[in-house]
Amino acid sequence: MDKTLDHPINPIDDFTFIGADNISQIDEVYEEDSFWKQLVKRVMKNKGSIFGFISITLIIFMALIGPMISGYEFDEQVAGHESMAPRIPILENFGIFDGTETLKTSTGELEVNKYEVIEGGEEVYHWFGTDVLGRDLFTRTWEGTRISLYIALVAVVVDVLIGMTYGMVSGYYGGRIDNIMQRSVEVLNGIPNLVVVTLLIIILKPGLMSITLAIAITGWIGMSRVARASMLKLKESEYVLAARTMGAKDLTIMYKEILPNIFSQLLIMSMFSIPNAIFTEAFLAFVGIGIPVPMASLGSLISENFKSLTTHFYMIVPPVVVLALLMLSFNLLADGLRDALDPTMKEV
Amino acid sequence: MKKYVLKRVLMSVVTLMVIVLVLFTLMQLLPGSPFNDERLSIEQQQVLMTKYGLNDPIPVQFFRYVKNMLTGDFGKSYTISKDTDVSLLLQNRLPISLLLGGISIALGSVVGLFLGIAAALKHNSLLDSAATFLSVVGVSIPSYVFALGLSYYFGFQLGWFPMLYSVSDGLLAFALPAVALSMTVMATVARFTRTEMIEVLSSDYIQLVESKGVSGGHLIFKHALRNASISIITILGPLVVSLMTGSLVVEKIFSIPGIGQLMVQAIQSNDYNVILALAFVYSALYIFVMLGVDIMYGVLDPRIRLAKEDSNG
Repeated sequence: MDKTLDHPINPIDDFTFIGADNISQIDEVYEEDSFWKQLVKRVMKNKGSIFGFISITLIIFMALIGPMISGYEFDEQVAGHESMAPRIPILENFGIFDGTETLKTSTGELEVNKYEVIEGGEEVYHWFGTDVLGRDLFTRTWEGTRISLYIALVAVVVDVLIGMTYGMVSGYYGGRIDNIMQRSVEVLNGIPNLVVVTLLIIILKPGLMSITLAIAITGWIGMSRVARASMLKLKESEYVLAARTMGAKDLTIMYKEILPNIFSQLLIMSMFSIPNAIFTEAFLAFVGIGIPVPMASLGSLISENFKSLTTHFYMIVPPVVVLALLMLSFNLLADGLRDALDPTMKEV
Repeated sequence: MKKYVLKRVLMSVVTLMVIVLVLFTLMQLLPGSPFNDERLSIEQQQVLMTKYGLNDPIPVQFFRYVKNMLTGDFGKSYTISKDTDVSLLLQNRLPISLLLGGISIALGSVVGLFLGIAAALKHNSLLDSAATFLSVVGVSIPSYVFALGLSYYFGFQLGWFPMLYSVSDGLLAFALPAVALSMTVMATVARFTRTEMIEVLSSDYIQLVESKGVSGGHLIFKHALRNASISIITILGPLVVSLMTGSLVVEKIFSIPGIGQLMVQAIQSNDYNVILALAFVYSALYIFVMLGVDIMYGVLDPRIRLAKEDSNG
């Protein structure tokens, strides 16, 4: 007992002041980024989508300037320049792309360089070679890429104009309107695209217009489903009720209140519909009901040059590579967008 | 359940009828009459028109058309092989296409399932990234690009497989086209399986089963895959569509005498009867598959069935 009295416990000794230096809790205040800034930041984290973005940009750039820098017209048939292998300046000195090609004949393999045979061939360069009619493939490939990019644009416009509106109206009004609209979509969806597209093209003449129409008829269904589902989720929410109480009209609620909130899903969906549309065009061209000659699309180039697959393999490579790269890039970019904006969204 | 199935069947019948109506309208709109021969006088043409019922009222003609379509009487081919019954053309070709499609879907889904499961089990590993990359490539690149590549490399350069179809090669003739067609199936199935399996494997009931000591193949196949497979079935519909379009091109590349090649020929030579008949066959096939998928889905997953019955009243 005495001991405790001699040394009384001083509670203050148990604690020490940490001092101003050691205050570790600092509130960090971030500036709020805009929607687009956040989007770019998050998409940039994904290697696949960076690759996709860069290669789409490059392809668009080449499609714009490619046909101009080659020095040939896309429908220009140069006499004597038929079926020439690729020849590219500088690279030709390394033994590749120097215009030689190996032909398989019955007597064995034969190396030919047509640039040495034709008159003034030293000065001639066809970067991707020429086709059997003597048309420059570099020009034609990029000319064809323009068509594919145009189709991509059509797909997005159709998605937004028809798909988004249809889905939003159907979801917003609900009831009988929704029922009728959804049953019609079910019927339309029950007909395979292949059938719709081919029937349409035998009525109309094959051409850019009928392909655009074919994509317009079939391309928007996926988008309308996503728009309807998101609309159903949001139309019961409080802010919509608040807007309605304030006297907002249906159109205002749909486009000003709800649309900004479902925008990311719609953006993802329209990105995913691009590769589908590009594929549809290439498919139609390959089957023989695409762009009429002498115009070129990636699909029609593949279809034309497929005939010389075993004799002049180099002809089919550029359109195939550009088409595959374009579709892969759009898919990768769409994947990245989905991961950035709405990771819970599943493939449709 | 009965109500749900009935509703789906009804919907399919309506869709099929809409398609027949569209085809019938097209028949009326397409130029030319079957009796354009200049040697026939107008009276003779009229006799023939009456004989074949072309002067009957449109509704009567429509119902006759529906009956013909359903009994497989598609009329005669104009250009591909003159005056042959279209149904005869189909008879020889349909089994080949079905076989090719069957092989592709079986091959693609088995490989895809294993890839997807492997990727889900080794989540975030090198194997996972490889499988993901492979499936993105497979989904993005059209099957005919694979077909061209395979045909050039394995068919022409190496000569391991026949480049063009011939009956004497038997199943070997299907090797390259089936692989080319199955790439899309494989990629889609792998992608979907991976997502589903990751979700299922992290669920409570799998953890319970694991804590009870179940592991290995039993856990994966009996408990996890069974639940994951329910939603995997839903992608069968879109896959059949991609196989149909894919087969047109792949059959052209390998010159396989299936209905895809026939369709391409018919489109290129404007053989309307064949196009319309094939449009009907493709639609019927697709509707049938979709109906099967939806009913199977309802049987397997009671939640879907109940929810659908609720929402549809």
